[in-house]
Amino acid sequence: MATLQQQAKGKKDGEIRYLTPLNIETTKQKKYCRFKKSGIKYIDYKDPDFLMKLVNEQGKILPRRLTGTSLKYQRKVAQAIKRSRHLALMPYVGDLLK
Amino acid sequence: MSNYETVFILNPVLSETQIEETVKKFEDFLKKNGAKMVAKEDWGLKKLAYPIQNKKSGFYHLFEFTGPGEVITPYEQEFKRDERIMRFLTVKLDKHAVEWAEKRRTKLKAKA
Repeated sequence: MATLQQQAKGKKDGEIRYLTPLNIETTKQKKYCRFKKSGIKYIDYKDPDFLMKLVNEQGKILPRRLTGTSLKYQRKVAQAIKRSRHLALMPYVGDLLK
Repeated sequence: MSNYETVFILNPVLSETQIEETVKKFEDFLKKNGAKMVAKEDWGLKKLAYPIQNKKSGFYHLFEFTGPGEVITPYEQEFKRDERIMRFLTVKLDKHAVEWAEKRRTKLKAKA
């Protein structure tokens, strides 16, 4: 039960407050475009091992928001994966690819 | 004149001579129509990621050539008509792709 004084201050019983800030990492590591960084200009559809890094376990293309790829290269990645699928180098659908 | 690249998958039930014959047929077709072969690759029998025509594997071949754009339509038509071909894909290579193809070739040569 909250005491009268605590109620007056607007605090609930059992709320934990720290005097010193906790030692938790809060700054997120910035994502970067791996193609821009390593200077890759052409994404080869004939290399399924590399393209496998850019799909999830079901074989779906990972979004930019997860991989950090820039828009310019995401389009090329998508194109390459689709070509690779057409040639049966990569599956259209899969299960537990990783 | 532009650079093109074709990957095609041949039926796995074909004999070696039949494969050679088919590859030669398309090569001759290109040469006859004013295209020039840049590179030819044989990837051998590879497992497919999913079955095509109830087959689980196929012979992969790669052509790289330069030629006029008008060749492509009859060339692809020829692929469609040939029943030994299970899949094919022709792409135009831009300048980065050509650069990469050259690099890839030297890398493969170094390995062999």
